[in-house]
Amino acid sequence: MEIDVKFFASLRERMGRTSDKVTLDGDAATVSDVWGQVSSEPMPSNILVAVNKEYTDLTQELKSGDEVAFFPPVTGG
Amino acid sequence: MRVVVQEAALDPYKEIKHHEDTVLESGKHGGVVSFVGTMRDFNDGEDVAAMNLDHYPGMTEKHIEQVCQEAMDGWDVMDVLVVHRVGDMYPSDPIVLVAVWSAHRASAFDACRYVINYLKERAPFWKCEVTKAGEKHWVEHNSKDPGVAESREKAV
Repeated sequence: MEIDVKFFASLRERMGRTSDKVTLDGDAATVSDVWGQVSSEPMPSNILVAVNKEYTDLTQELKSGDEVAFFPPVTGG
Repeated sequence: MRVVVQEAALDPYKEIKHHEDTVLESGKHGGVVSFVGTMRDFNDGEDVAAMNLDHYPGMTEKHIEQVCQEAMDGWDVMDVLVVHRVGDMYPSDPIVLVAVWSAHRASAFDACRYVINYLKERAPFWKCEVTKAGEKHWVEHNSKDPGVAESREKAV
């Protein structure tokens, strides 16, 4: 399946890119599998995850075309 | 309810007046409570000269709208307006406006506090500050409002 990946703020600078596209094998891929494709390091514990613009976690299962975003804690307002 | 995320400069009091003149029915609300967040020239002991506010287009608006809806469901509120800046800004620039109209002041105060607190907690924005010495750094965390737990219990 094809997954669109986005990075924001300090994580975008750390990853050296704003977005990525990954292809995962199998029917039961999770957000954790996506992180494994975009980085060789464990995901930092403070990083938040969204799938299709809703907060979730590394265990969420994905379907082809999903948009997965990784970003640090939010600081608006 | 109206939620706007914009790069353009924000004049919060013009926004309130414009919303009252164009959206609200005259004479029906008993008051408006507003919170205007402005940029400080200091943070965590450092002098701040400028700031860039990043966001996640689509997700940011969606989560502000969810928080506004929770406030409208939780209190006797007639309307909520949120305008939030993104992009480059400087000390004293308004960053965010939350305005809540209600027939009675208690609901408006509580709902306004709820919206700004949960907007800060959930809407994906990130502040990147530039110090007067020219160093750039991302803000790691927002300050917490001590009343936030209490106000959430009332609304959800």
